[in-house]
Amino acid sequence: MTDHLHHSRRLRLKTVPFILLSIILGPLGNVLLGKGMKEVGSLRTVRPSDLLPFVERTFTSPWLWLAIACFLGFFVVHMLLLTWADYSYVQPATALAYATVAILSYLVLGEVVSLLRWTGIAVICLGVLIVGRTSPRTTGTV
Amino acid sequence: MLQVVLFFFIVVAGTGGELCVSRAMKSIGEIHDFSPRSLIRFIGRALRLPWTLVGISLMSLGFFSLVGILSFDEVSFVVPFSALSYVAGAFGARILLGERISSHRWMGIAAVTVGVTLVWWSKR
Repeated sequence: MTDHLHHSRRLRLKTVPFILLSIILGPLGNVLLGKGMKEVGSLRTVRPSDLLPFVERTFTSPWLWLAIACFLGFFVVHMLLLTWADYSYVQPATALAYATVAILSYLVLGEVVSLLRWTGIAVICLGVLIVGRTSPRTTGTV
Repeated sequence: MLQVVLFFFIVVAGTGGELCVSRAMKSIGEIHDFSPRSLIRFIGRALRLPWTLVGISLMSLGFFSLVGILSFDEVSFVVPFSALSYVAGAFGARILLGERISSHRWMGIAAVTVGVTLVWWSKR
């Protein structure tokens, strides 16, 4: 029992820095992507005559490639986390990223984040904190 | 309509992809050594697993839907709204990965859902 508690504590110490890294890289990718897509302009329909020029403009945007670099970094960190932690622990824990996204959208993109939206994001983070207090692993290696 | 379809792919394909990747990672087992060589070996091993490849394909579909939707919606709306994947994720983890979701975790997931609803309202 003591061994189990010690193991759980050690797992958590290893898990926290990886979660912090993922809640910075993911939102940064989202905001850079948002910046790029605002410049590319709105996709109205998925008809080839609309879609093809849209895809071309999207893939020539430097912001998109910067965003992809951030997402790749995020993805590797996320995969490493998932080798020892439960998906149902990691996924809600990384929801703290929603707070980072709102802050970066406001600071970098100048989006107006209303009080209701901040409240919603705060409630999402509250859910994260509740989930974060549970043990990271309930299954063995499959 | 396009918005609804894109949100569907972000939530369902994105979560389905993560579940597949998670399944692959659980089969690799816990990583203890973080030296560059063993990380490269880890990535090489991960990329040979079918679950990783299916997962990456589904996540790509989710990603391109995100690219599409960000061309006409705000980041601070789209990203919190996509938190609906938490609900899909909890059911998927329970059914596909056999993870036990404690009542504590369900409470957290319920709070996330309430938060998403508030964000959705902020758009009305």
